[in-house]
Amino acid sequence: MAMKSDSKLLSAPYTVWMTIFIILPMLLVGYFAFTDKSGSFTLENLLSVGQYSNVFLRSIWLGAVATAVSLALGYPLAYMIAKMSTGRQNVMVMLVMLPMWMNFLLRTYAWMTLLEDNGLINSTLAAIGLPRVHMINTAGAVVLGMVYNYIPYMILPLYSVLTKIDRSVIEAAQDLGASRRKVFLKVVVPLSMPGIISGVTMVFVPAVSTFIISKMLGGGGNLLIGDLIDMQFLGSAYNPNLGSAVSLVLMVIILICMGIMNQFDDGEEAGGGMLL
Amino acid sequence: MKNTIISLKDITVSYDGEQVLGGFNLDIHDGEFVTLLGPSGCGKTTALRTIAGFIKPDKGDVFFYEKNITNLPPHKREVNTIFQKYALFPHLNVYENIAFGMRLKGRGEKEIKQTVHEMLARVNLTGYAHRGISQLSGGQQQRVAIARALANEPKVLLLDEPLGALDLKLRKDMQVELKKLQQQTAITFVFVTHDQEEALSMSDTVVVMDGGVIQQIGTPTDIYNEPKNAFVADFIGESNILDGIMLDDYSVKVAGHVFRCLDSGFGKNTPVDVVIRPEDIKVVKPDSTLITGDVTSVTFKGVHYEIIVDVAGFKWMIQSTECRRAGDRIGLSLTPNDIHVMQKSEYSGMFGDYSTFSDEMGEDIIASDEANALENAYSADGKDILAETNPAGGANAGNEPGASPDTGIRAKGDGDEI
Repeated sequence: MAMKSDSKLLSAPYTVWMTIFIILPMLLVGYFAFTDKSGSFTLENLLSVGQYSNVFLRSIWLGAVATAVSLALGYPLAYMIAKMSTGRQNVMVMLVMLPMWMNFLLRTYAWMTLLEDNGLINSTLAAIGLPRVHMINTAGAVVLGMVYNYIPYMILPLYSVLTKIDRSVIEAAQDLGASRRKVFLKVVVPLSMPGIISGVTMVFVPAVSTFIISKMLGGGGNLLIGDLIDMQFLGSAYNPNLGSAVSLVLMVIILICMGIMNQFDDGEEAGGGMLL
Repeated sequence: MKNTIISLKDITVSYDGEQVLGGFNLDIHDGEFVTLLGPSGCGKTTALRTIAGFIKPDKGDVFFYEKNITNLPPHKREVNTIFQKYALFPHLNVYENIAFGMRLKGRGEKEIKQTVHEMLARVNLTGYAHRGISQLSGGQQQRVAIARALANEPKVLLLDEPLGALDLKLRKDMQVELKKLQQQTAITFVFVTHDQEEALSMSDTVVVMDGGVIQQIGTPTDIYNEPKNAFVADFIGESNILDGIMLDDYSVKVAGHVFRCLDSGFGKNTPVDVVIRPEDIKVVKPDSTLITGDVTSVTFKGVHYEIIVDVAGFKWMIQSTECRRAGDRIGLSLTPNDIHVMQKSEYSGMFGDYSTFSDEMGEDIIASDEANALENAYSADGKDILAETNPAGGANAGNEPGASPDTGIRAKGDGDEI
């Protein structure tokens, strides 16, 4: 009994913190989404979200591409790091995290100067006699920015799962007749599924809702949900009610995506054999 | 003689410049139960992993039915391994674990199902097919690992200390089961263990190893009765190892007396090691025999008493069903059959009598006395230590430090013992 009341007392500050800074704002978002400027109930905000469906689709598409690229690039790197000696592993993990010590805005600015029509890359291309390439303000630049900024969140969970795979399990697979490729497909990938799922979630969610990256690297033509929300609160089209409604819809979409991902994870654990 | 199935020729393996196996030669015959026995770090697991293909030797070759397989990767070898920690696939259930090898070979679903159920029945796990691996006990996981390996129809099964993690009772049961399984399937088993009793009770052939070198190869009875050197004699069972001089064939001088023995061919007046097993020594009246000594300690072991006897400073161990008391003077009687003579080796003198045995115990007692003295010197600290080691006292001390009557009495009690 004494223990129980102790732990309740200890958790009190967190409970209060979460109520004030997480639950309350979410309720406020909900309130704004369902009311108009004068504060009376309306569904109009939510209904008008529909006209931005192209923005939603573009966000989800670019977020998905960025996640896929991060996975494709991050998995081999995480796999290689996990196979190194402990000392080199620590150095590599630090190198992966190193860009994160730099300010997010600064990093993205740096890409702007690199990608601009008269930026570093194009100047170099021109200097060696190659034609200039238009890179800034394209969807590709946005994906690049997303991958660059979020790939550590893919690599770290993958790395931590891959290092935990028991060496003897891999040897057992080889022993039973699995070639290196089969060992990878039938043992390493299934066992790293939890890492893949958390990596995908941690890249996809911020990528879908980003607004800085698209604003700086995507120009006007690559408006994302984040930019849309930004505009409703801070921009020209000031309309917090619509902004809240868009946020609410985005939240629901992300929840659905995560739900699907987790379903995949559960299936892997319970009936993994069926998948093979 | 049966065919040689696996042959290791002049294998040398080093890790980080340290040699683990040196010039290792071993022939394993078809259908044999071979045990690699030795203390940890003797290279037995390295030898096994060389056969499995996980280790590529620096020098030497591995032959499988006279075919050189030194450069063949593990997945192409017709051997399977039972790993020390089972190494089951945690993402697959029991059925899929056992089916793993067959699926890789592209067997039909019907055949797979039949084999899986056959294997489960063989290891007494019928009905466990759809359990998750984490739902199984250690012994059950071990059985699944065995079924998984056998389902692959290996020519040779390699077992790397497979029973090490099981408790004593289960280990004994599994020893019997593994032996039975080996006889039924007629598969060659190569078994690695540091447990000499396990090796003796299961194997057809025992390979005793130390320092990356084979010390002796033989049947369990050979190894026990005719150890080649002091290391083997000491590692397998208990033994009194004495310095002796082989005066002539069938005549050895040991413990100051000349005995008849069954060994010959050492030449005249050759220094030798003499092994006398504790259970071979007969306890007799002191005036009726050559060797007499004082009993220094007696331990009851169930089947027999373990008696340590001081004979002119050399402490012998005797296993006898007759009880003697410490301080008794007894005689030790030997027949020629009880004496085994070995060549001197690098191990001579390393394993001698049982005086270290009793000395260590003496040191332990002294050490614990010192610990008690320390606790008394810092009595407040001492009480805290006692309170922590005693769960009941610990709970009390949590509420009222130092005031618990229970811990107080204990601290005093320890003081009185000194």
